[in-house]
Amino acid sequence: MGEIMTGAKMVVEALKREGVEIIFGYPGGAVIDIYDEIYKTENLHHVLVRHEQGATHAADGFARSTGKVGVALVTSGPGATNTVTGIATAYMDSIPIVVLTGQVPTKLIGNDAFQEVDTTGITRPITKHNFLVKKVEDLPRILKAAFHIARTGRPGPVLVDLPKDVQQAKGEFNYPEEIHLRSYNPTYEPHIKQIEKAYQLLEKAERPVFLVGGGVISSGASEEVRELAERLNLPVTMTLMGLGGFPGDHPQSLAMLGMHGTYYANMAVANCDLLLAVGARFDDRVTGRLDAFAPFAKIIHIDIDPTSIQKNVKVDVPIVGDCKRSLQRLLELIKEVGKPKKYFKERFSDWWAQIEIWKKRYPLSYKEDPNYIKPQYVIEKLYELTQGNAIICTEVGQNQMWTAQFYKFKYPRTLISSGGLGTMGFGFPASIGAQMGNPDKLVIDIAGDGSIQMNIQELATAMDQRLPIKIIILNNGYLGMVRQWQELFYEKRYSAVKFATLPDFVKIAEAYGAVGMRITKPQEVEPTLKKILSLDKLVILDVIIAPEEGVFPMVPAGKATTEMILV
Amino acid sequence: MSERKCTLSVLVENTPGALARIAGLFSGRGFNIDSLCVAETLDPTLSHLTLVTRGDDQIIEQIIKQLRRLIDVYKVVDVTEEEDYVEREMALIKVRAEKENREEIFRICEIFRLKIVDVTPRTYIIEVTGDKNKLEAVIELLQPMGIKEIVRTGTIAMKREKKST
Repeated sequence: MGEIMTGAKMVVEALKREGVEIIFGYPGGAVIDIYDEIYKTENLHHVLVRHEQGATHAADGFARSTGKVGVALVTSGPGATNTVTGIATAYMDSIPIVVLTGQVPTKLIGNDAFQEVDTTGITRPITKHNFLVKKVEDLPRILKAAFHIARTGRPGPVLVDLPKDVQQAKGEFNYPEEIHLRSYNPTYEPHIKQIEKAYQLLEKAERPVFLVGGGVISSGASEEVRELAERLNLPVTMTLMGLGGFPGDHPQSLAMLGMHGTYYANMAVANCDLLLAVGARFDDRVTGRLDAFAPFAKIIHIDIDPTSIQKNVKVDVPIVGDCKRSLQRLLELIKEVGKPKKYFKERFSDWWAQIEIWKKRYPLSYKEDPNYIKPQYVIEKLYELTQGNAIICTEVGQNQMWTAQFYKFKYPRTLISSGGLGTMGFGFPASIGAQMGNPDKLVIDIAGDGSIQMNIQELATAMDQRLPIKIIILNNGYLGMVRQWQELFYEKRYSAVKFATLPDFVKIAEAYGAVGMRITKPQEVEPTLKKILSLDKLVILDVIIAPEEGVFPMVPAGKATTEMILV
Repeated sequence: MSERKCTLSVLVENTPGALARIAGLFSGRGFNIDSLCVAETLDPTLSHLTLVTRGDDQIIEQIIKQLRRLIDVYKVVDVTEEEDYVEREMALIKVRAEKENREEIFRICEIFRLKIVDVTPRTYIIEVTGDKNKLEAVIELLQPMGIKEIVRTGTIAMKREKKST
């Protein structure tokens, strides 16, 4: 016999059983009962955000930086709809979060009741799964299933909609230790025959490239990636989500590929005869024009989600399985076959010589200007000062791409960025989650003057929690990425990209009780960065950068990745 | 790649929202649904769904994988993958049946073994069961008489058991 308790208490008990210590939320009429239980509970730290979107992004940032499931709790109606962007962001990047939403009492559902919305209907296409709980007896099993579904297989957001009467009803709390869902059985173990086929291609390849995606981060496979790359002497390129999956400062790293990838990564992929893609999904920002993507290559594709395979590109050796386990099997086979390291070193030496030529021809670069701070310089200095030992969150746009290019991510889970959905306003609330989950680490949000304004209200949340996050605004007074497209493809018709009113970010910081600083000259960059990194306080550093600086290389949308616009 | 018709037999958890998930998957990803037929199975916790769709091989592979990815989907079988399957559809056809053509309609019903399930002085309701070709042939023949209304169930299908040797 389990203890008899209310649905609201069951929610809090289930969170404890799942090892949840921190949740992000915002109360309202339909979740007062749960908040009442939180009030009575110890060891569950509730972070009161200022907007529900912030709660989901914070839960997401917590999940990305720790590998644990992030949890958000909001009320019905507008509380639930405000989470939609955050849920979709997590869905596109396969991030495990559980979102608990209040709902009107079951008797009122469908009546257009006050603060009623069809939450499961709205979130159906942007969640891995969602539930509407109709009976209190179902609650323990559903909560268990929600966490199980969120964290296993290809991870993703799961929403549980909790009608108020279900929270108030009493039932027996029997929390299952384990759960088996007959219709949900993700494949972890790869087919060994496919691993053998993959190895045969690797052994015979002349110009291989190893492509690392976000799946490597979520399955914790970065050690295996490194071992394989070093064993076989493979050049490694990463998607945005894969950065940190292989050390960015490693001599075999070609850094990021795709629309704003390096010249040498894109050239290597365009000329390779074998592409080993792990945990990547061949997004259009990665492939450019599809028929010109890796045209000479046989492709091996490892992914836990079968739908990712053969979706955009034709794959020669599909391998459905967990990235980590699949790479382990491949490494075992390599050891078993026993071809010496020297074999691959010699075999790929001509290929490496070609890559070195590309690297020398167009390294990542920018033009210095004594009158302006260049954003790339800021990121370079930040990397030098932190040595990759920081969690870097980004917003979306130029700030994100400069960070991806010029910060050499050495470790997994150190870049927190909205890749698939490209959500402006993500970085700062995500940095709150990341700092909550990693209290001893340095957490930095690289922002633009546009993005930071999208969730700037969360400054209060960060101050509540005394989080020493460093917000670095690369302020060009423009919605820079759109301006760049308008410059290059719309004959400089700068439509709606210049803010007539831009707030004084230093004063905003001060208004919230944080530290605000502004720099405008290149020589101020290094000393100011040193200074803010030494402060144990929340800092907004407003960096006035060259207003019309672009992100290069750039592959225009729909073009082949070899058709790059260089600096 | 050429487009082909594909009949999928899908077992889903009998939960609220399962059908909406499947319909949403098709609209959200731009797949076609030609017909859809849903009913309970012997196991009340599972529903059976027959879905007719079209696409080239790559699209059909995606459709099947995307369906399997849904947490509520238990099993997906491409019935048309092998030749050996049975397909049936039923239609109710309300046709004008007045003096001059009552006899002719009656003859058509005999030839095709159709059932007349409702009779009024001016109309018949005719029940047709068969594969797509039969339904279309009947509709074509009844058209000149004046069809007032047609309701079709959509296709259901089943794989034939392997013949024992």
